[in-house]
Amino acid sequence: MSITPDLIREKLIAGIAAIHVDVEDTSPNRCAASFKVLVVSPQFEGKPLLQRHRMVNNCLAEELKEIHAFEQKTLTPEQWEKLKAQ
Amino acid sequence: MNSIITSTARCLRLGSWHYRAAHNNGELLSGWARLMCSEAAQKNLAEIVKKDKVVVFMKGTPAQPMCGFSNAVVQILRMHGVDNYAAYNVLDDQDIRQGIKTFSNWPTIPQVFFNGEFVGGCDIFLQMHQSGDLVEELQKLGIRSALLDQEKESK
Repeated sequence: MSITPDLIREKLIAGIAAIHVDVEDTSPNRCAASFKVLVVSPQFEGKPLLQRHRMVNNCLAEELKEIHAFEQKTLTPEQWEKLKAQ
Repeated sequence: MNSIITSTARCLRLGSWHYRAAHNNGELLSGWARLMCSEAAQKNLAEIVKKDKVVVFMKGTPAQPMCGFSNAVVQILRMHGVDNYAAYNVLDDQDIRQGIKTFSNWPTIPQVFFNGEFVGGCDIFLQMHQSGDLVEELQKLGIRSALLDQEKESK
């Protein structure tokens, strides 16, 4: 099964109640699966960066075995609203 | 800040073929590497991360990073005037490359450790740098960030 942005998005919504997910396929030459995601979830509230990133990693554990490079930005709904307002 | 982005972008463009080569290499050996990832290898890593205050597992070396994300970490450390750190090139050693991912339960390289504790990868490190948290964390290690002196000069 190939990893698609939609798959990643669905998993994050189901796994950590993400209310907003942006997935960018950054695979260079489309040969090595690489993704950049922006995840917004209320479950990130009160959690330090490392913990948030580990939540995302656990959610996508299967996919990450195949993915070569992975960037992530994790925001709470409040941080997301602030960012949008800028 | 912009210089990090441009130099990282440059590295990514130049280094994309490196991605492919290293990735294929990693996948061919990953089964074997997992077998070799014994308790001894994990114990070795546990010692390695405690030996120095700042430890970085990266692709390439600080003088010649082989990956945009690894380069970003190197550049950030340079900006803070941290040049006394241990850097391990995972491209040189498949045991370390797979072992460190198991050790820190983290899927990607680069990986940064402060005082034996896993800090994060490039994303986290960059955010810590932008938020000012990195200066504080370095201070806890007894390292004075060069950025503090720059601030003083500009005032």
